[in-house]
Amino acid sequence: MPRSAAEALEQDLIQILTPEGKRQSHSLYDAYLEDVDDDMLRDFYRDMAMTRRFDQEATALQRQGQLCLWVPLRGQEAAQIGSGRATRDGDYIFPTYREHGVALTRNVPFSEMLRLFRGISGGGWDPRENNFHMYTMVLAAQLPHAAGYAMAVNLEQHGWDEAKRAAEGEAVVAYFGDGSSTEGEAHESMVFANSFNAPVVYFCQNNQYAISVPFEVQSKVPLVSRAAGYGMPGIRVDGNDVLAVLAVTRWALEHARSGKGPVFIEAVTYRLGAHTTADDPTKYRMSEEEKLWAPKDPLVRLETYLRENDLVDDAFFEQLAQDADEMAATVRRDAMAFPVPPLAKSFEQVYAEAHPLVQEELAWHLEYEAGFADQAADGEK
Amino acid sequence: MTTFNLPDVGEGLTEADVASWKVSVGDTVEVNQIFVEIETAKSLVELPSPYAGVVTELHAAEGETVQVDEPLISINEDGEAPVPTGVPEPNEALSTAAPVASEEPGPLVGSGPTADSATRRARVNRPEPSATGARTASVRASGTPAALADQISRRAQGFSQVVAREVDRRKPAVANFVDRVLAKPPVRRLAKELGIDINDVVGTGSQGEVTREDVNSYQAQREAEHAAAPTYWRPGTGAPETRIERIPVRGVRKATAKAMVDSAFTAPHVSIFVDVDATRTMEYVARLKKSRDFEGIKVSPLLVLAKAVIWAAARNPSVNASWVPGPNGDEIHQKHFMNLGIAAATPRGLLVPNIKDAQDLSMKELAIALNELAATARAGKTRPEDMRDGTLSITNIGVLGIDIGTPIINPGEVAIVAFGTIKQKPWVVDGQVVPRWITTLGGSFDHRVVDGDLSARFMADVASIMQEPAMLLD
Repeated sequence: MPRSAAEALEQDLIQILTPEGKRQSHSLYDAYLEDVDDDMLRDFYRDMAMTRRFDQEATALQRQGQLCLWVPLRGQEAAQIGSGRATRDGDYIFPTYREHGVALTRNVPFSEMLRLFRGISGGGWDPRENNFHMYTMVLAAQLPHAAGYAMAVNLEQHGWDEAKRAAEGEAVVAYFGDGSSTEGEAHESMVFANSFNAPVVYFCQNNQYAISVPFEVQSKVPLVSRAAGYGMPGIRVDGNDVLAVLAVTRWALEHARSGKGPVFIEAVTYRLGAHTTADDPTKYRMSEEEKLWAPKDPLVRLETYLRENDLVDDAFFEQLAQDADEMAATVRRDAMAFPVPPLAKSFEQVYAEAHPLVQEELAWHLEYEAGFADQAADGEK
Repeated sequence: MTTFNLPDVGEGLTEADVASWKVSVGDTVEVNQIFVEIETAKSLVELPSPYAGVVTELHAAEGETVQVDEPLISINEDGEAPVPTGVPEPNEALSTAAPVASEEPGPLVGSGPTADSATRRARVNRPEPSATGARTASVRASGTPAALADQISRRAQGFSQVVAREVDRRKPAVANFVDRVLAKPPVRRLAKELGIDINDVVGTGSQGEVTREDVNSYQAQREAEHAAAPTYWRPGTGAPETRIERIPVRGVRKATAKAMVDSAFTAPHVSIFVDVDATRTMEYVARLKKSRDFEGIKVSPLLVLAKAVIWAAARNPSVNASWVPGPNGDEIHQKHFMNLGIAAATPRGLLVPNIKDAQDLSMKELAIALNELAATARAGKTRPEDMRDGTLSITNIGVLGIDIGTPIINPGEVAIVAFGTIKQKPWVVDGQVVPRWITTLGGSFDHRVVDGDLSARFMADVASIMQEPAMLLD
C-alpha cells in the first residue's frame, strides 16, 4: 500500500541539519559536503538572510504601489540557496517566478528582478549572462523548455567520455512547485527527459500549497514516488535544511551530468507567507499549522548550529543586518530609478524581425499617443 | 509634504476600507514602518510607509472606504520645512503637492496618472489617424481608429496592469473587431435551444459579448409579450376609456408617421409585384456560408437582393433619384451613387439607415456592412447621419413570414423594394411541378419620376439576379 502524503512527511526524508540545529551524518551524502567549511556555512546563512531581507523589501514596495505584484519566498530560502549553490556556472537554470534565492546564487542583481514585477519589462535580465532563465509566469511552462534544453545539451556533448562529462558537462535544473507538478507540461517534460536521458534535475519545492489548495488535494502519494513511474531516481529532502539540499542536488547534478538521465528531487518546505501579495493565507489555512512549521524555519536552525558551534558572534548578525538594510535601500533606489520604456517599445518584441502588421499597428499607436493634448507636457513615457 | 495615495495592493482592486491606523498625526514614521491596516475585497493588508517623516494628516477615518489612488496619508518628509499639523490642507495643495514634492517618482502601478485619472486625457483637435497599407477585411470593417487603438492596447496589456485597467474603462474593443456576435459556446447553445437567433440579442458583456443573462432576458421579454396575449382583450364593463390605451406619439414613431404621410401624399405611388424562383440564390448563399473567405460573416438572401438592387439601379438609373421642388421649377436629381437604405425594426422603432456608396462594395464588404448596420440598429446606436442621404431602400418583411406588402417610399427617394419571405412552393419547371424556393418582390415607385414600364424593367432586372445570381458576373 502506498503511504499517505501526511505519513510520508516523516519518512525517507534526507536531513543533515535537524530543526534543533544538530548536524547528523549520512552514509551517502556526507561525501558531498566534504568541502563545506565554516566560511561556507556562514555564507549560506548570509545568502539566506539577504534573500529574506530582499523579499521583505519587495513586499513593502508592492504595498506602496511600486510593484504590480510580488511573489514572496519566505520559508523557502534553504531549498533555493542549497540547490542554487550546488550548480556550476555552465549549468542552466529554469526558474518559476519565486526563485529569488536561486537568482542570488547565480549573481543576478536583486534590483533587476523588480523590473518584471514593476511592469516595465517582460524579463529584466539577460538569461545568457548568468545561465538563469527568465521567470516563467505560466505554471510549469518552463519544464518542457528545460527538457528541450537538456536534450540539446546531450546532442552537443555526444561522444564525450565519462571523465569529460564529469569535468565539463552541463546540466539543467528545472524548478517548479507542488502546484505545477499537476500540470500536463510537468508530465510531458519528464517523459521526454527520461526517454532521451536528458541531464535535467527536476527540483520541486513542495511548499504545501498551490495558492490556496493544500498538498493533500494535489496528490495522494508523496510527489517523489512519481519519479519511479518515469524511470528516474527520486529523492525526498528536507527543504528547510540547506546542507541536505546542497548534498542531494550535488548528487543529482553529478548523476545527470554523467549521462545517466534526469533526477527528481522533492524538497519538502513551507511557504511561510502568502502565495503572492494578492492573496491572504489566513483565508485558507489555520494558524496552528503555521505555528507547527515556524520552528522548522531554515534560518533558525542554521543560526542555532552556527551559534552552538561558536562559528559566529553577535557582531556577525549585526553586521549582516546592516548590510541587508543597505542592500534593501539600494534595491529600493534602483527600482524607483528604472526608466519606464514607452509602450511603443513593446512592438519591437513581438517578432524577431520587422513584421508589416506590427509595424502598421505601431504607426497607429504612435499617432494615437501623439493625439493627446497634454502629450507635449508629458513627454515620451 | 508628501501625500501617499492608496495603491492597488491586490490585482485590480478599486477600493479598500481603513481597518485601523497604526500612527496618529504628529507621529514620526520610518520608511517601511507599518502605518495602517486596510481591508480589501481579498484580504487584510498592512501598509508600510514609503516615506520617513512626520505624519501631518490621515485622510480617512477607521471604517471609511478609500478609493484606489485617493489620498491616504500625508507625511512631512525629513528635511522639509514643517507645516502646521492637523490643519486641513487646501485641496489644491494636496493634489499638486503629491507628484512634485517627493523626490521619488509617484506610484507607477495601479495608481499612475495614465491609469487612474478620473477623466480622459484631452485630445488635440486633429484628423483621425488614417490607416495605411493593406488591411484585412475585418480591420476595414471595424471602423473607428479608436477601436483599433483599443485593440492594440488590449494586445499590449500583458506588459502592465496600467494598460489593462485603462482599456477596461473603454468601450468594448474586441466586439468591434470580430465580424460575428461574441458568445461562449454554452450561451450559443442556450440560444439555439430556445430557438433564439443569437444575432438578435444585444450583448452586454465586458467585451460586447452576449452573456447567458442577455439570452435569458431576451427570452423573458419574448415570453412576456406572448404571455400578455391572453389578457390583452379587456371586458366592456368599465368606462370606455379603460379599454383604450393612449400611447403618446413621440420620437421615432412621430418621425415615421410624418415621413410616411409626406411620402404617401406627395409622391403618387405605383406598386408592382413579382414572384421569383430564388432557388439559385439560396444555393449561392449556402456556398458563401461555407466558403473560408466568408468565415464569421453572416450571409443571407438579403445580401443577394441588395447586390441585385444596386446592379439593376445602374441599368435603370431613374429609380435612384429624387424629386426636388425648386424656385425655378421642379427638378429630378439622378444620383450616380447608391446610399442603400435598409429598413430595420429596432427597439426605438422603424429606422432606415443606409450603406453609403454601396456601389463600391464587393460582395464580402457588402455582407459586412449589412451585418454592421443591422447590429448597430438593433443595439439602438444608429446615428442620424447613418439615416441621411439615402437614395434607394429595401425593406425585408419576409423575416416575419409575410409574403409581400406594399412598401411606402422613404422620403427623398423615388423607389423602394420589399422582400417577402422565401419558402418552398410547388413550381412549374419545364412542364413539371417541382418544389422550389419562391419569394415575392414588391416595389413602390414615385410615379412623378418613374413610369410604369421603367419600374417594371427595374423589378424584372432585380428578379433576374435573384433567379440567377451568376448574372452578376456578366
